[in-house]
Amino acid sequence: MNSAILSSGWSWFVIIGTFGSLLFYFLLLFLNRTTSNPGKTTGHEYDGIEEYDNPLPAWWFWGFLISILFAIGYLIYYPGLGNFAGIGGWSQVGALEESQEAADARYGPLFAQYGAVPIDELVEDETAMRMGRRLFATNCAVCHGAAGTGSEGFPNLTDEQWHWGGGADQIKTTIANGRNAMMPAWEIPLQEAGVKEVTEYVLQLAGREVDATLATAGQARYAMFCAACHGPDGSGQPMLGAPTLNDEVWLYGNSRLRIEETIRHGRNGQMPTFTERLGADKVHILSAYVMSLRQDDDEDEDEPDETEQ
Amino acid sequence: MNNFIEKNIGLMIVLTILAVSFGGFVEIVPLMAQRTVTEPIDGLKPLTPLQLEGRDIYIREGCTVCHSQMIRPLRAEVERYGHYSVAGELVYDHPFVFGSKRTGPDLARVGGLYSDDWHRAHLFDPRSVVPGSNMPTYAWLFERPIKLENLPKKLAALQTLGVPYTDEDIANATTGLENSTEADAVIAYLQQLGTLITERR
Repeated sequence: MNSAILSSGWSWFVIIGTFGSLLFYFLLLFLNRTTSNPGKTTGHEYDGIEEYDNPLPAWWFWGFLISILFAIGYLIYYPGLGNFAGIGGWSQVGALEESQEAADARYGPLFAQYGAVPIDELVEDETAMRMGRRLFATNCAVCHGAAGTGSEGFPNLTDEQWHWGGGADQIKTTIANGRNAMMPAWEIPLQEAGVKEVTEYVLQLAGREVDATLATAGQARYAMFCAACHGPDGSGQPMLGAPTLNDEVWLYGNSRLRIEETIRHGRNGQMPTFTERLGADKVHILSAYVMSLRQDDDEDEDEPDETEQ
Repeated sequence: MNNFIEKNIGLMIVLTILAVSFGGFVEIVPLMAQRTVTEPIDGLKPLTPLQLEGRDIYIREGCTVCHSQMIRPLRAEVERYGHYSVAGELVYDHPFVFGSKRTGPDLARVGGLYSDDWHRAHLFDPRSVVPGSNMPTYAWLFERPIKLENLPKKLAALQTLGVPYTDEDIANATTGLENSTEADAVIAYLQQLGTLITERR
């Protein structure tokens, strides 16, 4: 890519300017040089103070000269003179690629050795899970929380609720390709009264105390507008990422107000895609780690909870 | 000659300026003619009016003080942030918002990294999604509507600088943005950052 950075006119401008400066400094050094004239002054005199015109210190003179020679050598070896790429073949991008290849050679096999292990087995592998924890902390924790417990709008990964399916393959697909949930806004088709009614019915599905009249009215509307994705009994549809409604888990808040808001304006939860960012092996390890988050739950119950102590 | 220059301060100022600018003249001026700097990469489009407004709010709120937008071609940076920044992505940027300090992460390829919902939660209260964050909250962005009347002028100004907005773009600059808040604008701006180059390396 270095071959055509500049047009040849500008390239020569740089070359001539650079060597012109080097020549200028070289001449400046030698034309003004004093080798030995002890006691002679420069002729400058201010308030009776005079300035000796002594030779430059040897270290300074040779330092200057070596710097000039070094600059010439540098400009021949490294790219610096316009379009001339240097005989060393160094380039910024080349250096990056070299370090990336070195890193791939070193770290690639570490990840690749787990890429072929089935996720069910990988969950039991402590080393792989430690790697998974690091990958999770770097890439996932910013939304799903450091412990994978999620927050409002970002699913909890440690429970039994899986909007897009909790099987190993489904989790891997979610991480690899991302997910786009699309709950439309129902404000207009349902109207204000309809939103309230459906909210009551949804709360009834979840087993909460509701206004029976409103809920009954909501049932018909639910069947018409909501059941297609969320199921007639609110059991959800993992193929569409439609959450179950007949339980205690609420991604966007469980208050009447929040559920009304969800129905009114819809929700568009979005999981980004990670294949390009991480590569297949890391996605595989992460999938296993996410599986392990859920399985850890049973073990944790036996252990004292540190946060409560 | 030395004597003469030293005793004519005006001349010395001129010569000093010449000497100091010579390095810049040789090092900087040719780079302005560099092809990778002047030619947009494939698919590069100017910011939409909403994104442009977001860019201006990004500058107004001082985001550049803590966030750079410049991924250097170093392995650690490419691993963390994605493909290094290339000049061709930035030919329509006036001014550049490279930034020079990273208190927060680099944002050159933050587009698509998080969902819009995440950005909303994060701008409203960064600690709601990143407990250890020391980023200030930007809650007021959600209350303030964007200033529509300035948008056509901004597009027109950029057009004079060579950004390929059409006259039609300028005429329609505010279409559909009547209800947009400043938060919408900032998020629209953030979500397009660096999205043209998707490969990691």
